[in-house]
Amino acid sequence: MCGIVGLFLKDRSLEPQLGTLLSDMLITMTDRGPDSAGIAIYGTAADGRAKVTIQSASPDTDFAGLADALKAKGLDTSVVVKSTHAVLDIPADKTGDIRELLASVRPNVRVMGSGDSVEIYKETGLPKDVVSVFDVRSMSGTHGIGHTRMATESAVTTLGAHPFSTGDDQCLVHNGSLSNHNNIRRELIREGMTFETQNDSEVAAAYLTSQMAKGKDLGEALTGALDDLDGFFTFVVGTKSGFGVVRDPIACKPAVMAETDQYVAFGSEYRALVNLPGIETARVWEPEPATVYFWDHEKAA
Amino acid sequence: MDAAAQKESSRTMSVFDLSITPLRELNSALHNISAGTNDMNFEVINPRGSHSVAVGIDAPVTVNVHGSVGYYCAGMNDGGTVTVHGSAGPGVAENMMSGIVVIEGDASQYAGATGRGGLLVIKGNAASRCGISMKGIDIVVHGNIGHMSAFMGQSGSLVVLGNAGDALGDSLYEAKLFVRGTVKSLGADCIEKEMRPEHIEHLAKLLEKAGITDVKPEEFKRYGSARKLYTFNIDNADAY
Repeated sequence: MCGIVGLFLKDRSLEPQLGTLLSDMLITMTDRGPDSAGIAIYGTAADGRAKVTIQSASPDTDFAGLADALKAKGLDTSVVVKSTHAVLDIPADKTGDIRELLASVRPNVRVMGSGDSVEIYKETGLPKDVVSVFDVRSMSGTHGIGHTRMATESAVTTLGAHPFSTGDDQCLVHNGSLSNHNNIRRELIREGMTFETQNDSEVAAAYLTSQMAKGKDLGEALTGALDDLDGFFTFVVGTKSGFGVVRDPIACKPAVMAETDQYVAFGSEYRALVNLPGIETARVWEPEPATVYFWDHEKAA
Repeated sequence: MDAAAQKESSRTMSVFDLSITPLRELNSALHNISAGTNDMNFEVINPRGSHSVAVGIDAPVTVNVHGSVGYYCAGMNDGGTVTVHGSAGPGVAENMMSGIVVIEGDASQYAGATGRGGLLVIKGNAASRCGISMKGIDIVVHGNIGHMSAFMGQSGSLVVLGNAGDALGDSLYEAKLFVRGTVKSLGADCIEKEMRPEHIEHLAKLLEKAGITDVKPEEFKRYGSARKLYTFNIDNADAY
């Protein structure tokens, strides 16, 4: 089953509430999947700096002295620890080197995602616990996506949780299951991409990353997904400034959207949207099958 | 006040606020209607997308739901009149036996699926698979319907005032389909058929039952089964 949510704010005055709104949306979807939960929040970018969200199964030992160890390797960084995750603040031009650098000082640390503005938190367990342990409610931001998982295609692990991030500031949540992910994974590996899991949704994320790396915008990449990905899917996707939704042509995985002057919201069910401000008068609709929807802060501005 | 109105006003009305009352209390009350009771009117407020609102009704109760509902609202309805003043999630009025279900807003996928009787009226649009495997239910949609609607429909009528999506009536048996607007594509073994006087008459009755007065039956086209796929025929292998 799985439950997915997304919230793209148009009204900047709501930004301090993004973490709280998205947390409540995700918790409402708990009974669609109790295995693991995750959330990606796009916060404020600082000029010339980037964020890297990392995870460790032994945070006490891995995160102790991490900033000093990275500084000793010449990286100008600071580290904020949140439970099993930590966010590194690094120079923007260093995101390409960070995995190698981390592997040299803390080989057991995993990179959840990186980019100018995105932070990603995901763990096994219920949404309410994941939200609480990472203090997601206090986070502000421009947009975010979330997922609560009922596992089908790969193991219940932190890395198998959504959102999947395969490129800077790009991440994806998926409800459904893909049937040609092994073929697509092989093709993407040939292009030089690397994979952390056997999960089908990671392949979808990597596919979009690959398409956007070839110059497509999010909307074009999602249109390509309709041609190239086979199986059941409702995807909600975030980029640094964009937010997209697409459903496969069969469209059996549920989806409801709402739009007001203040936001665009997505939920697997209407229940996820009922606490949003102004929902009573929002335009609420079911996204059409095989139809790409996307919004972009930069293009709107 | 005439006698009928007096009788109406003397009836008690139960209000269930689903933001404070568990859904099971509402559905239990609906399942425990004792003979001769006057307590046949139910108002449901704050449904907030709840699943399974008013499922399994088996008495001629009237239920007004004020707000939008989730999965399977009014499923298996047998004799009740359920009105949703909002939109409905997947599977509204699934397997209805008899009675009336009215959705003032839109309905999600497989509205009225497998329904065996009664009338489902959707005043907005219905999504994919509307009336899939219908077996006697009548469905009237004021707006449009999505793809694969009336798939394998056996009997009953599906009336669409707007447009139909892809693969309408795929593998259809004897359900009657009437569409006023365009049909994006017909499914396997579904064809357009002539509107004869008996069909005009049948459709006129359905529109009247659904309370539609501003649309004429002559504005619709009729679709039905070509009856070529009822049983496997090797000559039709390409169509499967």
